[in-house]
Amino acid sequence: MHFTSFLDNGQLTVALTGEIDHHCAKSYIQTIAAKIEAYTPEVCILDFQEVTFVDSSGIAVVINALRAMAQIDGKLILSGICQQPMRVFRASGIDKLVEIKEAVS
Amino acid sequence: MKFENYMTVEFPSRSSNEAFARSAVACFAAQMDPTLEELGDIRTAVSEAVTNCIVHAYPDEYGLITLRCRILKDNILDIVVKDQGVGIEDIEKARKPMYTTGGNDRSGMGITIMESFMTSFELRSTPGKGTVVHMRRRIQKRK
Repeated sequence: MHFTSFLDNGQLTVALTGEIDHHCAKSYIQTIAAKIEAYTPEVCILDFQEVTFVDSSGIAVVINALRAMAQIDGKLILSGICQQPMRVFRASGIDKLVEIKEAVS
Repeated sequence: MKFENYMTVEFPSRSSNEAFARSAVACFAAQMDPTLEELGDIRTAVSEAVTNCIVHAYPDEYGLITLRCRILKDNILDIVVKDQGVGIEDIEKARKPMYTTGGNDRSGMGITIMESFMTSFELRSTPGKGTVVHMRRRIQKRK
């Protein structure tokens, strides 16, 4: 699994793509964890702009990223979330655990 | 019960079929003229039900998953996801938000999401025999 990411001033942005379900959740979790471990950023932004679908597996992806950032005393931000993923995040209450920027709805 | 249309598909519990199952239901439901939000909710609920079969019903082997959709009168989409897997010992526990017997790639929110996204949700299970998820979603008629 390959995602474009860039580091700017201690801030790591990971641009996720595709549909996040149980079939691929593990590789999303591992890829994000590896990037956080490699760059130890102060802030990690998961960019959901190109993510067209998530189910509860997507919640696990966010929770794992949250844990990885907590371990290095960093902060996690989600951005660019489309309508369907936003409904899943709201239904699960994850929107109360993590900062969300520029959500589409 | 009177139905207007129906479809049934069967497939093995391979995780690559999660995307197939939610897409198949979305294609079938398209004739009901759902909004994008309704379609998103339905795809999500189907994805959760099928994932549960793959992760929990058949933990060690591939087994059969049956997915049946019917369009009932009053524009109701009726969905049944059935397996012949290990079943659920304690349904009350399984329904609790954040409860999971899966690994750290699971969130324990699957059933909560199905319950909140669908108009009705019913879970029946017999340990050793299998599990049936029966859910319905009313599609708003648009003028």
